[in-house]
Amino acid sequence: MEKKVIMLGNAAIARGAYEAGVKVSAAYPGTPSTEISENIVKYKDVLYSEWSPNEKVALEVAIGASISGVRSLASMKHVGLNVASDPLYTVSYIGTNGGLVIVVADDPGLYSSQNEQDTRAVARAAKVPVLEPSDSMEAKEFTKFAYEMSEKYDTPVILRTTTRLAHSQGVVTLEQRQEIEDRPYEKNIAKHVMMPGNAKFRHIAVEEREKKLAEEGCAFPINRVEYQDTSIGVITSGIPYLYVKEALPNASVLKLGMVNPLPRKLIEEFASRVEKLYIVEELDPIIEEQVRSWGIAAVGKEILTVQGEYSANMIRQAIGKETLDLEPPAQIPVRPPILCPGCPHRSTFHVLNQLHIHAAGDIGCYTLGAVAPLNVVDTTVCMGSSISSLHGMEKAKGFDYIKNWVAVIGDSTFMHTGINSLMNMVYNQSKGTVLILDNSTTGMTGHQDHAATGKTLMGDATYAIDIAGICKAMGVPSVQIVNAFDLPLLKQAVKEETAREALSVIVVKAPCALLDKRPVTVQYRIDPEKCKQCGMCMKPGCPAMTKDRDGAITINDTMCNGCGLCAGICRFGAVEKVGVR
Amino acid sequence: MMQTKNIMIVGVGGQGTLLTSRILGGITRRAGYDVKMSEVHGMAQRGGSVVTFVRYGDKVEEPIVEEGQADVLIAFERLEAMRYAHFLKKDGVLIVNDQRIDPMPVVIGAAVYPEAILETLAEKHTVISVDAMKEAKAIGNSRTFNVIVLGIAAQHMDFAKEDWLAVIEETVPPKTVDINKKAFEAGYQLGGAA
Repeated sequence: MEKKVIMLGNAAIARGAYEAGVKVSAAYPGTPSTEISENIVKYKDVLYSEWSPNEKVALEVAIGASISGVRSLASMKHVGLNVASDPLYTVSYIGTNGGLVIVVADDPGLYSSQNEQDTRAVARAAKVPVLEPSDSMEAKEFTKFAYEMSEKYDTPVILRTTTRLAHSQGVVTLEQRQEIEDRPYEKNIAKHVMMPGNAKFRHIAVEEREKKLAEEGCAFPINRVEYQDTSIGVITSGIPYLYVKEALPNASVLKLGMVNPLPRKLIEEFASRVEKLYIVEELDPIIEEQVRSWGIAAVGKEILTVQGEYSANMIRQAIGKETLDLEPPAQIPVRPPILCPGCPHRSTFHVLNQLHIHAAGDIGCYTLGAVAPLNVVDTTVCMGSSISSLHGMEKAKGFDYIKNWVAVIGDSTFMHTGINSLMNMVYNQSKGTVLILDNSTTGMTGHQDHAATGKTLMGDATYAIDIAGICKAMGVPSVQIVNAFDLPLLKQAVKEETAREALSVIVVKAPCALLDKRPVTVQYRIDPEKCKQCGMCMKPGCPAMTKDRDGAITINDTMCNGCGLCAGICRFGAVEKVGVR
Repeated sequence: MMQTKNIMIVGVGGQGTLLTSRILGGITRRAGYDVKMSEVHGMAQRGGSVVTFVRYGDKVEEPIVEEGQADVLIAFERLEAMRYAHFLKKDGVLIVNDQRIDPMPVVIGAAVYPEAILETLAEKHTVISVDAMKEAKAIGNSRTFNVIVLGIAAQHMDFAKEDWLAVIEETVPPKTVDINKKAFEAGYQLGGAA
């Protein structure tokens, strides 16, 4: 009997890979793609899955598996594809043996990202086909279809999602896993060794493939025409398709399941049968610009934005020309994300703030060290950039200029790409101090293991790469390990290392406050008799602490997790340790 | 054909909105409806403002509830109730946990937490408020406050109490089944009396 369940978009993709007979999956965590691997590991009896140190490695692992003849998966967020773009552009030429699907999750609205780039643009440049599902059921079905396509057309296939799809749940029908025979491996250097003489010919094959897909794609069931009232016709795909259906239930719709290459004849036919053609796509005008370049009149980004997410209300107003009677939102204080109570990064940033130090920052929860009240992080570009940008500053302006600077980078981000940047500092004789904030996990994405945690995605114990040891082995002359909550020692270490005209690393260690799931046994409370209401303990911005109108400071006993940072700051002994009530 | 029903759950990251939405998803499926839900994961979960949408009916298209469309808005915190109140339908119901969690701009003195939120909201909307934290401590586990609020909200949805209890049993961790059922019952009674 068929079984229907509610599934997260990402879980449905994992299920699709399982049902398609995938045997190898590799990824680096990144919101909103992380749950794909967290779900695929549930099928570990029949398929191998791993956290790789970064997306480039993950894609190369999947490529190797594909060449060896099995179906493989690599998944990542949009900016992860930048890291993996080197193998991406060339595996487009190599093609596949076993099916190869790359799931890339875009983030319109920047819920958890540093930019709003559109993966379809990268895919066009790399000449890799892109499928775009609209809900969980399609996420599973399109994943399976992507493997069929990948093998039939000898191409990697990108399954593009967005945050809204990845983190929405919908009803999914479960099916059996297909038993796919491994395809035989044949040595074929003309196809697998991309040196100029071979790649030149593979490029011809890629161009032919693009043409063939654009033609045959017109008959793919995932590209679907819904003719109704033909006064309005809309070309759309993915999540925006659902908004179109809500807002314009009577309009004719061409729902594209494959958004690269575009099924040109299907689009031309649709355009010729509707009076007014609209193109509804979140982010960049990728479909629109191509359709217009064919001489077809269409309305798109003149009335719809290239920024953020769309909604049915937006389409009702822009295309339906409806005037909506909406109440305006209340003008109230914003609630941005914050470091958790007990977060070791708060302690580190408090020390840096006290020492008036600037930090070249990186990607992780600790990016939040940029905002008040911590105000320490000055720059954040991309994974691993803290160390290399500090190096650039030192080369530009000399050691004196960066004496009150450090680089801060998390343990997982250091393993991802920061390690290369540190190698560069050693090699090019840089001076400066790097703080590796080692909280023993990939924190912001929800606690994934990495090469220095001692555990694999599949739950096996493994060798934990020694971060301090690696720094020493590279040749960093001074490497210290300090507990994040040992304020005097951390302060001394930072002062000492930033003053010295040499390269140094301080590994600031303390586990993520959310990692320990055991009940809190120790908390702190303010003794109102001793408290001078100076507010020093409030400075690091712990959300468990509040100051009421008459100045009295209290610690919320449902939030305090007993890190003791406030007690370490108070000079009057007014913060006392208590057992949990 | 049943009109799609729109539920929103809002609160502060870490307050348990995802558990509540899982229970809601479970009950709508148990009743055989089509359902779509949309959640917030990742960075915003770190103490930020979070919103979960749940839509159920015969056939659901988009997974989000839009402004002016929510039948029931469940808010785990007062300021968050205010932030999303304009998503309510004219005849929608707002259920608020009467708790205050200061956002960072308030903590550092850059903004002021609004006064009399519940009174302001009641001028335009049907508001049911509860100090769920107090109720939860009374039944012996402060962490069940969100299930108490859900119990109140259940009075404004279309499912039998027995079904809610069955779904709670299959959704929450085994060790917490009894306390969560107790919490739901407490909320359900409060909601019936309101």
